[in-house]
Amino acid sequence: MTFALLPYEDSSYATSVDAIFLSLLLLCSAISLAVFAVIIFFCIRYRKGSGADRTHYPSEARQIGIELTWIVIPFIIFVGLFIWAGNVYYEMFSPPRDGLAIYVIGKQWMWKIEHPGGQREINQLHIPANRNIVLTLTSQDVIHDFDVPAFRIKHDVLPGRYVRMWFKATKPGTYHLFCGQYCGDFHSQMAGSVIVMSDIDYAAWLQKDHDTPETLAAEGSRYFHSLGCSGCHENSQVVHAPSLNGLYQQPVPLQSGQIVVANDDYLRDSILQPSKNVPAGYQPIMPSFQGIVSEEQIIALIAYIKSQRTTEPPNPGSAHDPNP
Amino acid sequence: MSAKAEAPTDLLNFPFKEAGHQRESALFGMWIFLATEVLFFGGMFTAYMVYRYSHWQAFAEAGAHQEWYLGCLNTVVLLTSGFTMALAVEFARKGQRAWLLLLFAVTWLLGAAFLGIEGCEYHTKFTEHLVPGSGFHFTGSDPSSSELFFVLYFTMTGMHMFHMFVGLMLILFLGGWSWLSPRALLTPNPFEVLGLYWAFVDIVWLFLYPLFYLVHPQ
Amino acid sequence: MTQTPEPRFIPGENYLNKEKTLASWLFTHDHKRIALLYLISITFFFLIGSVAAVLMRTELMFPHGEFFTSTTYNKLFTLHGVIMVWFFLIPSIPNVLGNFLIPIMIGARDMAFPRLNLISWYVFMFGGLFALASIILGGVDTGWTFYTPYSSTYSNGWVIAMAVGIFINGFSSIFTGLNFIVTIHKLRAPGMTWFRLPLFVWTLYSTSLIFVLATPVLAITLTLVALERGFGIGIFDPRIGGDPLLFQHLFWFYSHPAVYIMILPAMGVVSELIAAFSRKPIFGYNFIVYASLGIAFLGFLVWGHHMFVSGQSIYAGMIFSLLSFFVAVPSAIKVFNWTATLYKGHITFDAPLLYAFSFIALFTIGGMTGLMLASLAVDVHVTQTYFIVAHFHYIMVGGAVMAYLGGIHYWFPKITGRMYPEMLARWAAVFLFIGFNLAFFPQFILGYMGMPRRYHVYPEEFQLLNIISTSGLPLLGIGYFLPLTYLGWSAFFGRLAGPNPWDAPGLEWQIPSPPPSENFACIPIVTRKPYGYDPPPDTHEPEESPEESHVR
Repeated sequence: MTFALLPYEDSSYATSVDAIFLSLLLLCSAISLAVFAVIIFFCIRYRKGSGADRTHYPSEARQIGIELTWIVIPFIIFVGLFIWAGNVYYEMFSPPRDGLAIYVIGKQWMWKIEHPGGQREINQLHIPANRNIVLTLTSQDVIHDFDVPAFRIKHDVLPGRYVRMWFKATKPGTYHLFCGQYCGDFHSQMAGSVIVMSDIDYAAWLQKDHDTPETLAAEGSRYFHSLGCSGCHENSQVVHAPSLNGLYQQPVPLQSGQIVVANDDYLRDSILQPSKNVPAGYQPIMPSFQGIVSEEQIIALIAYIKSQRTTEPPNPGSAHDPNP
Repeated sequence: MSAKAEAPTDLLNFPFKEAGHQRESALFGMWIFLATEVLFFGGMFTAYMVYRYSHWQAFAEAGAHQEWYLGCLNTVVLLTSGFTMALAVEFARKGQRAWLLLLFAVTWLLGAAFLGIEGCEYHTKFTEHLVPGSGFHFTGSDPSSSELFFVLYFTMTGMHMFHMFVGLMLILFLGGWSWLSPRALLTPNPFEVLGLYWAFVDIVWLFLYPLFYLVHPQ
Repeated sequence: MTQTPEPRFIPGENYLNKEKTLASWLFTHDHKRIALLYLISITFFFLIGSVAAVLMRTELMFPHGEFFTSTTYNKLFTLHGVIMVWFFLIPSIPNVLGNFLIPIMIGARDMAFPRLNLISWYVFMFGGLFALASIILGGVDTGWTFYTPYSSTYSNGWVIAMAVGIFINGFSSIFTGLNFIVTIHKLRAPGMTWFRLPLFVWTLYSTSLIFVLATPVLAITLTLVALERGFGIGIFDPRIGGDPLLFQHLFWFYSHPAVYIMILPAMGVVSELIAAFSRKPIFGYNFIVYASLGIAFLGFLVWGHHMFVSGQSIYAGMIFSLLSFFVAVPSAIKVFNWTATLYKGHITFDAPLLYAFSFIALFTIGGMTGLMLASLAVDVHVTQTYFIVAHFHYIMVGGAVMAYLGGIHYWFPKITGRMYPEMLARWAAVFLFIGFNLAFFPQFILGYMGMPRRYHVYPEEFQLLNIISTSGLPLLGIGYFLPLTYLGWSAFFGRLAGPNPWDAPGLEWQIPSPPPSENFACIPIVTRKPYGYDPPPDTHEPEESPEESHVR
């Protein structure tokens, strides 16, 4: 078994998961063995024809007392287990704001990974050790699952939507990456590796092992201009379109009166179905780019818009965001 | 109490020995079947609620294309048929065959009218390219979500129409049996069971109507 | 041993020899004959599902795929899941043992709706026809869970045919559940109050509630998938605004209660077996009743625990986790109560009891791993791995199938009038127990190590455990093959059993073996609680009247 320990602030993630599992294993084994031992004991002692004393059977009241004992005690234990495991789960599913943002597109039957610096990989993910890694994932077709058992984490990858997952690896090494949700013919071949490197090695890898010198944001800027987005969204005199400067993760009041956060899903929807969530004070005149942009281009555009951050996020206090 | 309590024994189905017992069991069984139908339609209502919540604008735009007056007419037709069916069951209990058959006929015609009106609506949708699938065409803020509205519309009203159709067949069957066999009215069970079924189909419509016909953009 | 030769033929008329034509079987209204029709059908489907399992496990001995293409492998595990769940496990105890025993146990002559009972079998077979057709035409490769958009848009298999087959099969469940509920409510003999019912009847009643309330949701879900696939309309397809997660919610809303459909009847059988072979009333009868109803109710509230990593809200995940812990409590109550029943009993170790003990051991292990799965953080790691596969096989095979076999053995003399060979039966139970653990325990380890489920090829480090797992199959095979043969033989040539070979107090043991078609010469009047062995002395409760339930 390969373990990657992922200490995060004051708690470990993989070791936390293992600790819960081991505790449960011990607890459940103890209870099971106790029950089996009692059954075996009763079978021997009270087998038919044995001379054991069968008088003085517990009264009805006593029986109810015994019943309540083995209802209440398990119940309390269960609630305790729920709280413990629930807490670790909450941390596991709350990506930190300061993570290295990497994009993943799953499709039958491969993983396409895009680093912010523009590096692309297929079925492999090179990451530095001891840094929070936040993955934003989507699928081009069916539901997949980005599954790294060594980190004790997996998350379904859905079409039409982004999901986020995070981890922090501490031990350099190569770890299995599996697809963890059945996705068709070559589901079991949709595997790869997560390669955790020391900072030095990672920096070296960033320099040498990519086929484009362009960062994701720069690529996005390219599309932003070539697809015509800049025509309306960049200081246009003719068209009243929202500015994208500092837009990312900010609240956006909509025409309908709702207020939504401009996260990855919002930006993706705005590109593909712009009339769906029109911001207040604007007309629904933006054309849809459905069928015109690919998932990779959308990711690049989002990276570009993210890079147009002119102000710091307003609430740096909570470093973890449970609602990506 | 009418003479129905002493139905002839050959109308008693094994293992029942008393008519009252059989009647209670038959009705109880029908109520359980209706519970399953609630869950069946419930799945679709859940889908509707989920999508309406997340795409309410598109749903409202789609709803504007509905012919609400036809839906309203259909509601009147169906509710009236519920009334005539209830009357029919009452006459069945009393053993009054002529009235039963007349009311069955009226109920049947009203039900058929319902299907006809709905059929007209479907036809209109077809000509307006609002039938989901490759022929669908809609101008609005979110055409694919509006298509979802129509998917649910056709699926749910279609399921409802199927249940109506079965009900009409059952009316024909029971009506025919009552007409041809003088002994049919000696036990009211089949009529009461059909009455329950028909009432249920009515109630489902009462939920479908506002969800699909009374949705408008603000 | 007497000097006169043992009678070879069962004297008198009973439900088996009353009429012997094929038509009398195919058009029967007798719940006992319908039970046997189901027995033959589900055994047939079990064999098909088992062949798929053997093929899969053989392939899994090799990490790179030796005999099958990936597509074929995917079709095999789909076939295995669909057939085993819907065409074997769900109907097994309810439609075989339930159909046979419920009317007798409540003191009735038949079900409330005997014709509906027969129709449910025909519906079952009709659904099976579609499922088999889908397999023969080329198969389905979506997994028994049919996740969209793979099943609705991308799969190349015969999804609609299979969906239709399952849809139709669902109606068989609904009719059965409806029949059981009305029968238990309306046809109990005089004096058979609710709290005098055997626990087997109580668990089947709880199961029937799930049958009628959960199955329709499956029906509509499969209908929507078929519509999406057939007409290209998007309900679950995100490209046209649909939500694939909605499918999962609808699917699991049925499929979680479905697993309680599979286990509750098994628990009912185990209650009967433990009481019978310790010759004592079940400890805590009322608590077991409420636990059964509680499992049925809570089972509807936990479906999201199949979706902790699906993208559903983490707050929803927390609620589902808490409720999943709650639903474990009634099951724990039952295990403790069965154990306590043995206390101060008079235990004999006939084969049915060995199966009951198998159930308790394996269900406890399976249930404990269920606690691990309810723990959110652990589930994230082990979900979609072999840990899950092991968990549900411990419950469904180690639990439900063991109980089913135990029940078949226990009531075999009542159903056929003959006894099975006891030593052979005990050995079969032992083979099954050992073979099962060998086959499935390694899978817990494989899962925690990270081997995903539904994998045709896998990394070589998992090979050893896979081989160990496959090595359990021959023993499992012996364990299944033996009862198939000796029960089949004993049904015709076994030693005559008499009305009550176990000297047990239930109503079913007060009538001849095999029973007459109308079950009772006269409907009994019930005056005592179930499991009426001589009450234990020295308690401080007033004894009930010691009269036997008498007939009028």
